[in-house]
Amino acid sequence: MEPWEEDGPEVVKRFMYVNRKAPYGTIYALECLEVVLIAAAFDQDVSVVFADDGVFQIKKNQDTTAIGMKNFSNTYRALDDYDVEKIYVEQESLDARGLTADDLIIPVEVLNAESLSEIMAQQDVVISS
Amino acid sequence: MTTMLHLVNKSPFERNNLDSCLRLAKSGSAVLLLEDGVFAAMNNAAYADAVKGRMGDLKFYVLGPDVSARGLDDTPLIDGINVVDYGGFVDLVAEHDVAQSWL
Amino acid sequence: MAYELNGKTFEADEEGYLVDISAWNADLAVLIAEDENIEMNDDAWEVVNFLREYYEEYQIAPAVRVLTKAIKKKLGADKGNSKYLYELFPYGPAKQACKIAGLPKPTGCI
Repeated sequence: MEPWEEDGPEVVKRFMYVNRKAPYGTIYALECLEVVLIAAAFDQDVSVVFADDGVFQIKKNQDTTAIGMKNFSNTYRALDDYDVEKIYVEQESLDARGLTADDLIIPVEVLNAESLSEIMAQQDVVISS
Repeated sequence: MTTMLHLVNKSPFERNNLDSCLRLAKSGSAVLLLEDGVFAAMNNAAYADAVKGRMGDLKFYVLGPDVSARGLDDTPLIDGINVVDYGGFVDLVAEHDVAQSWL
Repeated sequence: MAYELNGKTFEADEEGYLVDISAWNADLAVLIAEDENIEMNDDAWEVVNFLREYYEEYQIAPAVRVLTKAIKKKLGADKGNSKYLYELFPYGPAKQACKIAGLPKPTGCI
């Protein structure tokens, strides 16, 4: 096999990553984003959820110049290049924070907790951070 | 009587640091919201009422660089909260006898 | 490890990726490429510059499959295919081109 020829993945599982923390205050959001990209690079069936303070990860207009950290909110825009297309946001979490889908940096599917729980129940692996 | 500056750096949605601070801060104290604590300053979020309830007897500040980092420059903050930069943070610490971090 | 250029030292990690992204310049790219046995012709530069623009916009070095797809979108199928990119960068286009571009190791890189 030539180096440019790709093997398909042997096993494809449904992985759901549930982001529940705001960016910058802790390292969880950035670490989870890297794990999502790695899973996607291995051609797994990846979905991403933003709930609770996790919705702040994809808030528009982040400017980290003054805190001296990398603004990784732009990296979520690359999820599409990684073929990660199932991106869900919990309605109740947006409401509690006075936010709407228009405040978010990427297009998402906004679902209420009940609909989200049904999708969550269909996964092989759910990783929350 | 000593003057106290309370520092809250955790999100009110995730932890109870802000609740405890607001319950125990004496009238006339100052509260600086920083890091993930800045979410308590959002006017249209569920925690606004808890902060507004103490606006009369506590002075509230929020750290601007943390507001900008979290994309909240376009989001209304509660009226009467003063936005400070790192220099203002240092001034606040210097102006008060005691600074208490609600970790 | 480190690279030496014009009397200046540029820190790199054990695999040769620059520690400080902002320290990168075109001469340094040529030096890193020499270490990798790669000649920086126009085609190689095109990919390296593409990667730097991608990093500027998304703050990541893309995995090889993503790089290939993104190049295809921008420069066409003649260049946006694995064979073409592996001929330019035999040890992996994402890995080698990222190193030459002064970027970190690609996310999702094996």
